[in-house]
Amino acid sequence: MENGRSAFHGRSAFHGRSEFQEKTVIGPIQLYTHYISVIVRSKMQYKKSFFLYSLGMFLTSFCVFLSIYFMFQRFSQVKGFTYQEVLLCHAIVLMGFTLAEIYARGFDCFSGMVRSGEFDRILLRPRSALLQVLGSRFELGRVSRLLQAAVIFTYGICSSNIHWTLRKVFTVVCMLMGCCALFSGLFLIYAALSFFTLEGLEFMNIFTYGLNEHGKYPMGIYGNVILWITTFIVPFAPVQYYPLLYLLDRRQELYLSFLPLTSFLFLVPCYMLWRFGMKHYQSSGS
Amino acid sequence: MKKYISFFRLRLVMGLQYRAAALGGVVTQFFWGFMEIIALRAFYESDPAAYPMTLDETSSYIWLQQAFLVLLSARTFDGEILNAIQSGNIAYEFCRPIHIYDMWFAKSTATRLSGAWLRCIPVLMVVFLLPKPYGMSAPADLLHFVLFVVTLILGLLVVVAFSMLVYVSGFYTLSTDGAKILTGAVVDLFTGHLIPLPFFPEGVRQVLEVLPFAAMQNVPLRVYSGNLAGAELYRAIILQIFWLAVLTAGGKMLCRHAEKKVIVHGG
Repeated sequence: MENGRSAFHGRSAFHGRSEFQEKTVIGPIQLYTHYISVIVRSKMQYKKSFFLYSLGMFLTSFCVFLSIYFMFQRFSQVKGFTYQEVLLCHAIVLMGFTLAEIYARGFDCFSGMVRSGEFDRILLRPRSALLQVLGSRFELGRVSRLLQAAVIFTYGICSSNIHWTLRKVFTVVCMLMGCCALFSGLFLIYAALSFFTLEGLEFMNIFTYGLNEHGKYPMGIYGNVILWITTFIVPFAPVQYYPLLYLLDRRQELYLSFLPLTSFLFLVPCYMLWRFGMKHYQSSGS
Repeated sequence: MKKYISFFRLRLVMGLQYRAAALGGVVTQFFWGFMEIIALRAFYESDPAAYPMTLDETSSYIWLQQAFLVLLSARTFDGEILNAIQSGNIAYEFCRPIHIYDMWFAKSTATRLSGAWLRCIPVLMVVFLLPKPYGMSAPADLLHFVLFVVTLILGLLVVVAFSMLVYVSGFYTLSTDGAKILTGAVVDLFTGHLIPLPFFPEGVRQVLEVLPFAAMQNVPLRVYSGNLAGAELYRAIILQIFWLAVLTAGGKMLCRHAEKKVIVHGG
């Protein structure tokens, strides 16, 4: 998304000057890092608020962890998955989701941008709208949750008796990247839909927050219908359930390790919906 | 009293206008409840002996929780009241011949009622039609149904009294964000929103049951199906009344204290 081409797409008025501009204007990656550094510096002006926010984020997901812990105090396994295995699954999903939330939160707040007319200002600038929307938010406070996910992840790895091979490490990395890509795509759909509705659609939370929340357990425990839906409609099981089966030595097929990468394909229709929405964008007028 | 009732009615009518938003909420809550029930069922099938409720009781618990989410959720707050202090609108409220605490109490009760009214009817209509282990069953008996309504109202009042503490804290801290985030983080676990209280290990459960958080959704949702009965039930109702009294008195005291030294900076 952050290639050099996208920095100038669609602004025909500037095409004639782009050759000149390319020499004087910073590249999209520098621009993005600049956006982030501005956001981080401004957040750091309110240190106490930042600290409270981080603590709140940490506590929220810590409570979810406690609920899993308490459940497994009572039950030794759920549909063949032990406590340690569930924790590993929960940690990977939480990490991928939090990463996506940290940098793609701009999409989540995008409906407000459309409503307030802020998006009109973005369109006036000779830069990719996507890049600017991404650069509008950066949720540093959620790093606390990422740390917690890392701790649970380490515990899950150490205690779940997995015999680690290079391929298994590769699978975990794919799962993390796939999870992050999938949630980014879902956030992008959420943003693209607000072109048409102006209001953020609450039911989309089912797919973003809902999948994070319910994805703490391997999708297989929810039965075949849910497994089918999360395989073919919202491709969540390919980043969570199937590669997990390989990690835990339940299945051996080679393609399972690469399956999470399919969620990058999922980004294509999401991006197309975004482009489609932008083409049909009518300012809210405010 | 009359003026607070009119605040209440005004808010109720206003809240009932947001039908499209409620529809989106219904879809989300329906899905959410369904996933929760399947997950708990998976635990049941893995080890039925360790399961502390019956499946019917769990289904009723989860569906009522989703149907009355707006009514009983301790982590939803009224944005207008939250921002009243920071935005300076509080100055207008001080000009009126009313008690701020009572007005806010009436307003937030009405907001919750109107939101829940719009959402609970479609959810309840569908879940009664669902097949046995997933759907909602009828109340245990007439007595439990009556007690369900009573504890539901008490639970609502306890939740409002609790959220009032967050609103009032704004007088002391200027921004309610911190209080909102910190309470929001823990209430879901303590109220039995993430997992019903009977699923907690012994010891933890006994402690949680006497806290004000257990007086919110835990009591009505379990009374309905008869999971909470007998002496335990009456103890829970007494605790609800106790916490309602304590939280309201505490909130009112803090509010009075703050009102005396409030400074409006303009805005």
